[in-house]
Amino acid sequence: MSQNSRERILARIRSAVADAPETPDVPRTYLARHTPDDPDAVLDLLHENLADYRAHVHRTDEAGLPALIARRLEERGARRVVVPDGLPAEWLAGTAAEPVPDDRLTPAALDAVDAVVTGCALAVAETGTLVLDGGPGQGRRALSLVPDLHVCVVREEQVVASVPEALPRLDPRRPLTWISGPSATSDIELDRVEGVHGPRTLEVVLVRGARFAAG
Amino acid sequence: MSGVFVGMPAFPEAVRSAVRDERLRRNLRHATHTIRDKRARAVAELADWAELREAGKRIKDRTLRHLDAHLLRLEEAVTASGGTVHWAADSDEANRIVADLVKATGETEVVKVKSMATQEIGLNEHLEAEGIRAYETDLAELIVQLGEDRPSHILVPAIHRNRGEIRDIFRDTMGRWGRPAPEGLSDSPAELAEAARLHLREKFLRAKVGVSGANFMVAETGTLVVVESEGNGRMCLTLPETLISVVGVEKVVPEWRDLEVFLQTLPRSSTAERMNPYTSMWTGTTDADGPKTFHLVLLDNGRTDALADEVGRQALRCIRCSACLNVCPVYERAGGHAYGSVYPGPIGAILTPQLRGTASEVDASLPYASSLCGACYEVCPVAIDIPEVLVHLREKVAGQGGKGHRLEKAAMKAAGWVLDHPGVLAAGERLASKTRGLHPRKLPGPGARQWTDHRDLPGLPTEPFRDWWKKNRPADPPGDRA
Repeated sequence: MSQNSRERILARIRSAVADAPETPDVPRTYLARHTPDDPDAVLDLLHENLADYRAHVHRTDEAGLPALIARRLEERGARRVVVPDGLPAEWLAGTAAEPVPDDRLTPAALDAVDAVVTGCALAVAETGTLVLDGGPGQGRRALSLVPDLHVCVVREEQVVASVPEALPRLDPRRPLTWISGPSATSDIELDRVEGVHGPRTLEVVLVRGARFAAG
Repeated sequence: MSGVFVGMPAFPEAVRSAVRDERLRRNLRHATHTIRDKRARAVAELADWAELREAGKRIKDRTLRHLDAHLLRLEEAVTASGGTVHWAADSDEANRIVADLVKATGETEVVKVKSMATQEIGLNEHLEAEGIRAYETDLAELIVQLGEDRPSHILVPAIHRNRGEIRDIFRDTMGRWGRPAPEGLSDSPAELAEAARLHLREKFLRAKVGVSGANFMVAETGTLVVVESEGNGRMCLTLPETLISVVGVEKVVPEWRDLEVFLQTLPRSSTAERMNPYTSMWTGTTDADGPKTFHLVLLDNGRTDALADEVGRQALRCIRCSACLNVCPVYERAGGHAYGSVYPGPIGAILTPQLRGTASEVDASLPYASSLCGACYEVCPVAIDIPEVLVHLREKVAGQGGKGHRLEKAAMKAAGWVLDHPGVLAAGERLASKTRGLHPRKLPGPGARQWTDHRDLPGLPTEPFRDWWKKNRPADPPGDRA
């Protein structure tokens, strides 16, 4: 049945386009990025665009990271925080919240956790987007989805300017989640409201990199 | 194609009741005007919008030209990554495949990501008949499902409902489907969104089977892409053990890199955002992350008919952003239901008659559901020349006899009379030429004015061609020179 349909559909396609003219190469004259090549400006743009879509953005350096994460969790009242495999231990060194390792937690068990702390694969400044690929410190997709608070750490060197710069750096074989602000909807009168099914609060911590370490 | 709204009258009759519904018109006007201004600002942020639009158009055209090869490559890549690919020639076959796959899991309910393809084939109704309950999880789809209503917009299926109506639907019906609406629910959008969150969470957490569509499928890598806002998509794509995606064959793009165009144009065109809150990309299955079983159902259901039409095939470029609905003066007044299909608005007027033919009266009337103002073409992020296809389809409808549109017939009859009476035609032409200075640049009246917002009225020549020809024709007819 399905096998027949496969052949039938392919045959119908071939006959439909048999007389169609050959199509020329796609002109890729659009810009690779819309932002000047200045790391400070790119980081500022990421900050601005994340905040514009109601993410809470903070900046720190490596040394200040544990205290900042601890403060964010405490202020949001997070008592239990799920810890993805490979998350640097020092990130949670300052928090009083109970760390919950991801031992194949069921969705219901995840729902009983208050927060998740993750890293990311990269961030896109022009669109205010974080991309997670399930790599070390990011966990499987459900971890950054079910808990109501997501704290995401972005290192400066992980920031790219644009979508065209992001795609070649990502591995399509990994499950990818692009996150631009907290969950939102425009379904009521086409007006944007934040907070539906995904985490209603997104805290982003931008960490200054080695460029600043010497200074 | 199923998914025809049963007993649907032709567009003009359906519109008659819609335009009398003042609340509907107010809801639509508010929503479409809000979004169209925001969209214009989001698009203006990108200096290379025209280049992105051209690239998007060309990627799609090139894909369609070799659609068979791209689908085969996709099938190979999905299979190699642990997925199973099915091919469905029509809606019946697609529904049967999905129902059998769900039954094989032993489950009797599924959670659904908003998907045009599954609406088009009437999947929920089919599953219901097979004893499987499908829960819509997108907020607007939930409003439509709870209200036993029909979708009226591609992106925001409940656009015809205002916040007060939504509050009433939630209060009256949520309890019948699961967790009831909170006591004292107000009509604030934030509270309504919270009510939906609470209502659906228990369904997400226990769901074993998810059903989705996809915005894009990458042939090169076998990756599927779902673009969404609320996180209900992520829930359905991530938490269940089995995922079934039903996707139209035209949604394939050749290369991973092609996403760099559409991920820039789609969010800005549809919700006027730089980027939508969540985009999920997955390739087959992944150990210890997400569904263990993945099925992809590739759907034809009339698409290859559209592909065979050299003018009409451009409709298959559509990325379902719905910008054309939001700018359309006809849609704004008629509403989505009048189009008698899950694809309303300008894109629906060219897609529906191609997918299911023009045998029924509603489908034959769709190519006329437009003033040809061209606003839809201007905003289309893949440059579908909707007016061109409309005119082309009108020719086809008029040519099929019997079912031709009455207006078209009346116009042709009048034109025929004038053309058969040369004196009348000549007098009319001369009168028009003499009064050129008095002709307005814009047409009067609200509908007509919008037509001329986007284009000038064609200028009339100083004298009719017939008069000019009499004065200027060569002494010898050209045919004699040979």
